[in-house]
Amino acid sequence: MISLEWVADYIDIKEEDLKELAIKITKAGINVEKVITNHIENLVIGEITKCISHPDSDHLHICTVKINETEETQIVCGASNVKEGIKVIVALPNAILPGGIEIKKSKIRGVESNGMICALFELGLEEKTEDNYNKGIYEVPFDAKIGMDAMKYLGQDSTVYELDVHKHRNNDCYYHIGFAYEIACILNKKVTLPKRSFDEIEESVENHFSLKVETDKCPFYLAKMVTDVKIKKSPEFIQKRLIAAGMRPINNVVDISNYVMLEFGQPLHFFDKDSLGKEIVVRDAKEEEHIITLDKKERILKSSDIVITDGEKPVCIAGVMGGLNTEVEENTKTILIESAIFDAVSIRNTASRLNLKSEASIRYGKGLNYEYTQMAIERACHLLEKYADAKILKGIVKYDAIEKEEKVVKFKADDINKMLGIIIDTKEMEKELNRLDFPYTLENDTFEVTIPKRRLDIDPNINDIAEEIGRLYGYHNLVSTLPKVPIKRGEYIGDVKYRKYISKRLRALGLNEIKTYSLVSTEMALMFQYEKKEKIYLPNPMSMDKSIMRTTLIPSLINTYLYNKARKTEDILLYEISKTYEKNYQEDTKISILLKGNYVTSTWNKNTLKVDFYVTKGIIEDILDSLGLQNRYEFQVKNIDGLHPKIAGAIVLDREEIGIIGRVHPNILKEEVYVAEISLPKLIKKIKPIKFKEAPKYPSIKKDAAFIVSKEVLSCDIETIIKKKGGRLLTKIDVFDVYEGENLKSNEKSIAFHLTFQDETRTLTEEEVMNIFNNIILGVENELHAKLRDK
Amino acid sequence: MEEMKTVETALQKDIEGISTIEELNNFKIKYLGKKGIITELSSQIKSIPNEEKKEFGQKINILKSTCNNFYEEKKKEIEEKLLNEKLSKESIDITLPATKIPMGSPNILEKIIEEIEELLMSMGYDVVDGPEVEEDRFNFELLNIPKGHPARDAQDTFYIEGEDILLRSQTSPVQARTMLEKKGMEPIRMICPGKTWRRDDDDATHSHQFMQIEGLLVDKEISLSDLKGTFDVIAKHLFGSTTTTRLRPSYYQFTEPSVELDISCFNCKGNGCPICKQTGWITVAGAGMVHPNVLRNCGYNPDVWSGFAFGFGAERLAMLKYGVKDVRTFYQTDLRCGKAFDRKEANND
Repeated sequence: MISLEWVADYIDIKEEDLKELAIKITKAGINVEKVITNHIENLVIGEITKCISHPDSDHLHICTVKINETEETQIVCGASNVKEGIKVIVALPNAILPGGIEIKKSKIRGVESNGMICALFELGLEEKTEDNYNKGIYEVPFDAKIGMDAMKYLGQDSTVYELDVHKHRNNDCYYHIGFAYEIACILNKKVTLPKRSFDEIEESVENHFSLKVETDKCPFYLAKMVTDVKIKKSPEFIQKRLIAAGMRPINNVVDISNYVMLEFGQPLHFFDKDSLGKEIVVRDAKEEEHIITLDKKERILKSSDIVITDGEKPVCIAGVMGGLNTEVEENTKTILIESAIFDAVSIRNTASRLNLKSEASIRYGKGLNYEYTQMAIERACHLLEKYADAKILKGIVKYDAIEKEEKVVKFKADDINKMLGIIIDTKEMEKELNRLDFPYTLENDTFEVTIPKRRLDIDPNINDIAEEIGRLYGYHNLVSTLPKVPIKRGEYIGDVKYRKYISKRLRALGLNEIKTYSLVSTEMALMFQYEKKEKIYLPNPMSMDKSIMRTTLIPSLINTYLYNKARKTEDILLYEISKTYEKNYQEDTKISILLKGNYVTSTWNKNTLKVDFYVTKGIIEDILDSLGLQNRYEFQVKNIDGLHPKIAGAIVLDREEIGIIGRVHPNILKEEVYVAEISLPKLIKKIKPIKFKEAPKYPSIKKDAAFIVSKEVLSCDIETIIKKKGGRLLTKIDVFDVYEGENLKSNEKSIAFHLTFQDETRTLTEEEVMNIFNNIILGVENELHAKLRDK
Repeated sequence: MEEMKTVETALQKDIEGISTIEELNNFKIKYLGKKGIITELSSQIKSIPNEEKKEFGQKINILKSTCNNFYEEKKKEIEEKLLNEKLSKESIDITLPATKIPMGSPNILEKIIEEIEELLMSMGYDVVDGPEVEEDRFNFELLNIPKGHPARDAQDTFYIEGEDILLRSQTSPVQARTMLEKKGMEPIRMICPGKTWRRDDDDATHSHQFMQIEGLLVDKEISLSDLKGTFDVIAKHLFGSTTTTRLRPSYYQFTEPSVELDISCFNCKGNGCPICKQTGWITVAGAGMVHPNVLRNCGYNPDVWSGFAFGFGAERLAMLKYGVKDVRTFYQTDLRCGKAFDRKEANND
């Protein structure tokens, strides 16, 4: 939250339309998400003149509230801190509070109530948290005038920007001076820093305590001491501004530390000097070290935390939260002001482990600018002198090991032009750098820019400078050009080419592509373990159903099948091509298909082709053939985990198993569902370039033979013998009939083959073909106890 | 000659009575056969006086050709009629349902990815793939996100082994791998669409697994304006030729300057509607000039080389382009909806 009324202290924006300014700021890269102008009608300052308990409730009170010079009204209030004689914020009937809550006259447990006494969170000035709820209604300082517009009194009728800033800028854009610099470069104006002057008394801080830093996680530590402090309410402007920034005023001292933080982005910590003793030691915490923090909770520390100690015990978890033992209290007289820089990563880790994310720890966690560490402590002294009557001791206690090297970038205007694709000359570049308030020198057209310390996000390289110039130039002003690169066509590289090809082919074959999650449940991971691969188990899964990295896609296909079946889809033809994983981080790519129902459907004329093993096999063969792998693969009978014991096999290519095929085991799915899965890399390495082959010039001779064999004999067993006996001249074998039943014994079947004989170099004679054919018949008869079936 | 007259009259009469192919054949035999009437008649020429021979011969020829012509024409006519009769008996009801040849559909995300691939390949970008189980080095360190950097917190990563092995939280490691492979020597144009994972609870707009389409161009003298021009081409290809684009300042650890890429709202043409949240603009990608540290980490000298990188979310694009409301739609295919995607995309505008 940035208050524009506050920013106006540092930069002249009197003339600006703040809504338009917000648009300009957003265009230049800092996203002003909301422009909030708080004004609430019928919201006034009132005084509770009488407060009695509600007869029907143990926590409600009936208040008489004076709401202007002449009028009093009755309001029932449930806050625990309501009491007679205080001034409060009253929402009268017809007031509309943030969130659209409209106040109406009502009866609460039978008692008339004509409004609501408000807490700050109810006005949108504080976050709605349990803490803020417990704080109850907001007590307005007694000098407030009864009947006055409450938002105006709170200083909240001015404009506030709510920012949503990209990570790199959520450092400098979350304090008012930093934001003023951002406005300055947009409006091309200069920033004026606030006063930091103060008087010092004769007494030197060095007589009162010493500083030791024993950790490398604290590169910069400043401390000053002030005395004779008078704790009271802050001046109105500080209170108003803190409220506008979403912080609740407490007392002048606490408020000043917050105020300076919101000015410079530097969190300060105030110790009660009298409780602290004479020594400050900054060190790594000890394992299991204890401290009770300001919120009265005991915290157990780790050695990765940083603590401020009094030489013995911790008095503060550095950058995160102070200790109760050195808290500034109402009667505190002497204060030690700490302004320091701690290791950002360490603070982030500590704050998140202890669940103590505060305005301060968030800022430490983003890193700080040491120049402002120094200015902030001066500014705090200035304000404490002015508003808490503090006397400031002479001198400062300092530990300084911070890297101070200037970040310098050398470039020519043309370097920036090339990066952005714009044309601005050296003169204009100078203007831009001046706007940014980046100091530079210019020699022979070469700029040497020193990056201001407040811009922690900028690294000394041309790209970072180009970004700053570019966002001020306006990205919307860039013209579109295309890279000046040679014309070429891109390629699918490596496996991708085949993955894409097979994917398109499967679609053409009627299969629907699906995409499923790579992380699966234990139950899914244990199905179809045909490869017996060791799996990757996530050490910290989000849920058990996404805890293991899959080694097969089939269970995921089955899930999608079940999902669609439940939605009454009958013909389900699916495929997925995705990676699978194993323990040694080897990745495989699997092509998986699942088929169920009809492949070709004809509703009325009996042409329907139902999915069966052979349709599934046909699809796999089409894929293999389309990659030029004809005659190199076979389907071998094999028991496969998850598949039907008698309807399953391995797909073997050049004697290497590349996949599986079969019907899903009826234990898993009762209905007839067929699946196949192939490993893509295993397939790809077998693919060879296409070579032209002449069409045969000489006629072929065809012979048919039907063999009666025992039912256990496989078609491929017969083929193997036919091939062996047929030799080079046998060019093609086709099964054209399979028969069981009449005229055959019950354990017999007949398989009939067309055999084609051909030679590339001459016409074969009937005689030589008959010789081979007879040999084949003899071979099959002998080796498989087959009989040639009579024609 | 008298006989001739009789024949002519008989012929005329016969011709009128013929309607079947048999009758026609009989007719042909009757007149033109070996013992046919005209054949017989013409043999009489020997007995005709010489001065009449010429006329007689001519008349015979006329008779012959009349018969022949009639025969050919009538034959054609009858055959046509027979064929028509036969075909009319073969009529089917073409309005009965077809025999359904299956049509496969792409996954919606793949469809979007293929569209971008097709376009960018034509612009010289290769399509490459990379490991999904990735090393910290490629996923973060080389990309200018050192250990302990707060940018890591935002990408709530699935770690597999300590902090060294993880499920990639972005496709950017493929950039690093590609650059390292080219050893700082060659220009690069590539895209790497692929799966990524972050620890998000699945709901209508979040998915622990999602797809990015990342692109990288490294060459000499590449500018932010080149990125804008390239983005223009992509935006028009995906959302129509009237689409305009804008760049907005943004921040990514591996690009500098970083931008967000917006398109003019295709729904309201910039007037404001719920899709663009009344702004007229829709953010579709993040991009920027490759950070000099990233170039250096991956072996490219930033004084010599420059480039840009961009990343689209496939889910977001598909949701915008096709009006999908729930991201889970992409990972739980309902064939009743998915089937709509087994078609060619319409021409833009």
